[in-house]
Amino acid sequence: MTSHLGLMVLFAFFVSATFAILMRERVADQLILGARLLGGFVAGGIVLGWLLYVLPL
Amino acid sequence: MATATARVATQANPLTYAICAVAWFVPGAGHLWLGRHQKGVSLLILLPLMFACGLWLRGRLFPFEFSQPLVGLAAVADVGIGLPYFVARALSMGTGQVTAISYEYGNAFLIVAGLLNMLVVIDVFDTAQGRK
Repeated sequence: MTSHLGLMVLFAFFVSATFAILMRERVADQLILGARLLGGFVAGGIVLGWLLYVLPL
Repeated sequence: MATATARVATQANPLTYAICAVAWFVPGAGHLWLGRHQKGVSLLILLPLMFACGLWLRGRLFPFEFSQPLVGLAAVADVGIGLPYFVARALSMGTGQVTAISYEYGNAFLIVAGLLNMLVVIDVFDTAQGRK
């Protein structure tokens, strides 16, 4: 759980859940938006991580 | 056309500010006050849990030290969570363990939990003003 990926997913879960709760009124809509945001955050984090791995910074 | 879309400017009354203050102090309480029970209960669980994760990850509650602007800003963000911040301070938690591998993650959880609660307060203000 305390791996880099695990903590990133946990962090993304909290942020996406809060955004979804604030932005949608119905629970079903909140779940859909929350899942989409979570997927986007995690996928985006992995892509950015690999880009930073390749870039000589 | 412009008149059709123009919004009527509403002056916030003291009660709106009181609701916002409560929303800051207890995450989710503002939504509960306004009758948004599902949102209120969800936020009441989520945000303090995120803050608790930050403490568990050995993050630091930053001091109000504005000689170092980033430390000062992090302190402002930390206090954004409201009551859990003061409870953690009273229990001498959040001292931060720099050598812990999860230290920076903990800081991110603590800071973002506070910032998200500030966003919740803004949402409460809009809701109380009848904009949502």
